[in-house]
Amino acid sequence: MSVITIERKVLEKNDEIARLNRELVARHGILALNLVSSPGAGKTSILERMLERIKDRVPIAVIEGDVQTDLDAQRVARYGVPAVQIVTRGGCHLEANLVRDALAGLNLADIKILVIENVGNLVCPSNYDLGEAFKVVVASTTEGDDKPLKYPAMFRNASVLIINKIDLLPYISSNADTLQSNALSINPALTVFRTSCTTGEGIDAWCDWLIARASALKASR
Amino acid sequence: MHELSIAASIVEIVERSIPAEPAVPVLRVSIRVGRLAGVVNDSLEFCFSAVTSGTRLDGATLAIESVPVTLRCGECGKTSVIDDIAFTCPSCASPGVSLETGTELQVTEVEIADPPSGEQA
Repeated sequence: MSVITIERKVLEKNDEIARLNRELVARHGILALNLVSSPGAGKTSILERMLERIKDRVPIAVIEGDVQTDLDAQRVARYGVPAVQIVTRGGCHLEANLVRDALAGLNLADIKILVIENVGNLVCPSNYDLGEAFKVVVASTTEGDDKPLKYPAMFRNASVLIINKIDLLPYISSNADTLQSNALSINPALTVFRTSCTTGEGIDAWCDWLIARASALKASR
Repeated sequence: MHELSIAASIVEIVERSIPAEPAVPVLRVSIRVGRLAGVVNDSLEFCFSAVTSGTRLDGATLAIESVPVTLRCGECGKTSVIDDIAFTCPSCASPGVSLETGTELQVTEVEIADPPSGEQA
């Protein structure tokens, strides 16, 4: 028998496509974010509140990832922004090739902010680079304030944490300060926002921050 | 669930990395998996045996080297292996740590059978 040394990253193909995606959106001066959370944390609701506030100020588009159905894309389409649905048919996360194909369905020259809404899952999406500028992790207060400790990789790999459903805090035992300090113990560099999609609290601050980041980017052609 | 696509990627990498001829069986595939790689070993082994069925890797052992999470502290300079995933230095409690190991997901080595006698590899 003989032994062959390989030393290759298992996800090298995904990483390579992600690199090309990143180059492509950077060339068009697009800020792309990868929105991740567990199912039901409020990704799509936050996205809807964002579209209301951003679409008339900055051109925004959406890539929607779901395991089944295009229900989320239908929700997004009501806001009149370009949206492409990816249905993973059982796949637990988006991969870079799916995003590459979705990018082909968008007019990149007319986009400044691109939100890629990942499949609801706090494990698998953390390992798959899609070519985004950064990951935004949503954790809702009702999920418990220990979420960051249970899913450290996702919180470590994200740049922004949105603590959602803060309007429910009076009715539950979990604490937003504990959730935030747990997240910062995993990743001290996180930028944190606290939001409620029901009252709208905190959404403006998040949108303003995002628009400022997007405005700083310039297209290279 | 994503262990299935990881297993398929491993098979693809192995098939591209070994000589096509002689088409001897693959006996062992060694991989390195960090604790933060988000991979469940049992699930990966199950998926590996499923996707290798009928290929040159059929029956091959998947040897998994688990890699612990190691932090390097920017303050005191110490490197520590941690069991509880908290990103502060166990020595000086500084949060200014960088991840040294723990996110690996790599194919490292493949062992293939000898060609039947009379053939040259």
